[in-house]
Amino acid sequence: MSAVPPLAENHRRFMSGNEAVARGAWEAGCNVAAAYPGTPSTEILEYASQLPDMYSEWSINEKVSLEVAIGASLAGSRSLCAMKHVGLNVASDALMSQTLAGVGAGLVIAVADDVGLSSSQNEQDSRFWGRFAHVPVLEPADAQEAFDYTKRAFEISEQFNTPVILRLTTRICHVKGVVTFGNRTSFSKAEGFVKDPGRYIMTPGIAKKRLPMMFEREAEMQRYSEVCDLNVIEEGSDSRIGFITSGPTYMHVKEAYPNAAVIKLGLSYPVPFAKIRELATQVDQLVIAEEVEPILETELKAAGIELLGKEILPRIGELSPNVLRPAISKLLGEEAPEVAPTKTPIEIKPPVARIDPATGIDVFPRPPTMCVACPHLGIYYCLSKIRNTTISGDIGCYTLGAGHPWNALDTTICMGASMGIAHGLDKGRVEADKDKKIIAVIGDSTFMHMGMQGLLDITYNKGNVTILLLDNRAVGMTGGQDNPASGRDIHGQDAMKIDFRKLCEALGVKPERIHEVNPYELPSLFTALRDEVKIPEPSVIITNQPCVLIDFYGAQPAFTVDDDKCTGCGNCLDIGCPAILVTRRETVIKPNGSEKELAFVKIESGACTGCDLCPKTCGPDAILPLADYIRQ
Amino acid sequence: MNENKITNILVAGIGGQGVMTAAEVLSQTALSQGFDVKKTEVAGMAQRGGVVTSHVRFGAQVLSPAIPPGEADILVGFEPAEALRWISHLRPTGVAMINTTRQEPPVVSLGLYDYPEDPIGEIAATGIEYHAFDAGAIARELGNFKLVNTVMLGAISELLPFPAEVLKNEILDRFRGRKPELVEINDKAFELGRKASAEH
Repeated sequence: MSAVPPLAENHRRFMSGNEAVARGAWEAGCNVAAAYPGTPSTEILEYASQLPDMYSEWSINEKVSLEVAIGASLAGSRSLCAMKHVGLNVASDALMSQTLAGVGAGLVIAVADDVGLSSSQNEQDSRFWGRFAHVPVLEPADAQEAFDYTKRAFEISEQFNTPVILRLTTRICHVKGVVTFGNRTSFSKAEGFVKDPGRYIMTPGIAKKRLPMMFEREAEMQRYSEVCDLNVIEEGSDSRIGFITSGPTYMHVKEAYPNAAVIKLGLSYPVPFAKIRELATQVDQLVIAEEVEPILETELKAAGIELLGKEILPRIGELSPNVLRPAISKLLGEEAPEVAPTKTPIEIKPPVARIDPATGIDVFPRPPTMCVACPHLGIYYCLSKIRNTTISGDIGCYTLGAGHPWNALDTTICMGASMGIAHGLDKGRVEADKDKKIIAVIGDSTFMHMGMQGLLDITYNKGNVTILLLDNRAVGMTGGQDNPASGRDIHGQDAMKIDFRKLCEALGVKPERIHEVNPYELPSLFTALRDEVKIPEPSVIITNQPCVLIDFYGAQPAFTVDDDKCTGCGNCLDIGCPAILVTRRETVIKPNGSEKELAFVKIESGACTGCDLCPKTCGPDAILPLADYIRQ
Repeated sequence: MNENKITNILVAGIGGQGVMTAAEVLSQTALSQGFDVKKTEVAGMAQRGGVVTSHVRFGAQVLSPAIPPGEADILVGFEPAEALRWISHLRPTGVAMINTTRQEPPVVSLGLYDYPEDPIGEIAATGIEYHAFDAGAIARELGNFKLVNTVMLGAISELLPFPAEVLKNEILDRFRGRKPELVEINDKAFELGRKASAEH
């Protein structure tokens, strides 16, 4: 990540939407920025933390990050919190009441929808929250707008006394474009925190009084939406179709239909019905292109505006030009447009049968894998060898344990769910499962995010779950961010370091049921696991080796395979390390006449970091340090 | 029709190969030449050895950041099976530049899937113009596997709407400040890539 120049007069730079949001907030005089990492929003706070004179933090979860931002807003500082779409589910409890109280200084919630699910457990449309919480939703269409709208969001927040949702998607967060930016302005409310229990103490009586104010604010915002410059009609020479669109979909529409009339909704909620009716009079047919849910479509149809939406456009995934074109062509009764005109047409021979000509993705899949030497490898190796288990998993790199070769996870639902679900699997077990051992697997960051409460529930309610707490001292999947397990703050400075043993003890786990093990020491890990699943009490096995992608990890000299000793048993492949590759396969007939598949292996010496895991699975001792092998 | 000619470059490979860096360098170079540029990628879980693609688009004005299938002018394939996976993203007049160093994922090692027997042959069968050479071997010979990136950029440097020297300078500038000891070797890698693409 390049350093951000703190002060610059009208500079232009190539930056991502995430960086633009951080920069926009900073220029708007934002004083407090908080987030829990989550793809695709993570980099917002990474960039924010590099900017001077603005407090930034990794919060332990999204709800806390929003509460921190709310507190800062009430204290008189403009504040930002950022999260991925599912993060707002967690934070929504705070949002749903804060909307009644309003803000002190500007409060902006940047929420990033993972449209197309590149790295999430579901695909959600965060625009719903605008309706649910009666707060405005701004939707930038590219990095420049991400910058501009962030600044604007603070103004709107203060003008209407409301939190503002800045709705981003992957195609905003992770797209770089040229952004013109400026300087920081300082902002703080001179009066600071103003005691106002009639606004900030959300008891039923007060909330009842605040409700009409909230609806009044929404009506006022609706009038603003009709006249505000963020919602504009762009006239077009082709009046056959007029598009209603917002966010990155606007760019897709303009690319596919540059001559069509468009209403671009920068402030997509509250909805500017009159402005949309105005567009309707200018075109033969209105089409709404919105990612993901038909939210606006439903509202516009209910308002009696005739249009087409999800009848012709998909409800899942992005509405990119190649998705829009065939649907609109069909509507217009045209042939689907040919793929880009070419100077000298070349005849393409029919592609080979196994490739889908439309996508070309019929090559073997290349799913994400655990890293070479990942400390989780040994854990899943052990889990895959224990029989008669039900294993509830969680959100993080270790979700990959559900895949090959381990197949050692049975559920993954949401952050922290491994705890409660394991407890429920135990309490709800029927006769057929009476001997099943219930295991929960959770990472350090996820445990602190939302797993601790689940563990307390298990201990309080006499549960019987064996918990594997995989402490790799980082938020791994999002790129190794710091957290209380790393003992460093967002700036990499020393911070409090959590003691998981003490924490688990405090949450009610008996000291003798807590084990700290090195996940590369397979025998002790396996023994701890085998013993604890037999004991009908909550127990926690804490693994203590760092993520291989962070600076706590120290690589060792590589290992190699002695071809003369390798018997092709394939045991080492059960580890699932990407550095172990098969060189040849052989089918042999065993003395009893049955067939056996042999797989002879090698180790990619450039990738191996000498974690010493695979030699422990090798019966004939064919895996040895590369240096020893060369010496032989 | 050419008033806003957009150049579309698709860089495809595997997490950790430098796909995103290559795309960033291309973008910055186009930017320095006065183009409007957009770059998009699917990252997320990609750093865990999954498929990574980065789309670079530049021209007078770029709207949508993603290259539609069948509209890429250049495909930079950092791995042969990945090049094959994305070959239909090229337009018929497009060019594929392919590193032939194979990287087999665990699903292949485990015997769950087969690696294509002859990915380059399959690409050849589409009739698309392609250049395939072992950029990995060139990088290894130079003593640093990470140089694959620079080799591949050198390989496509003659296909761009700006001089190859401009791209090379952009790369070398990235090292001049922070790691001057790597300037010379990157220069060499770039030129070897340039030469290899002309020969294959």
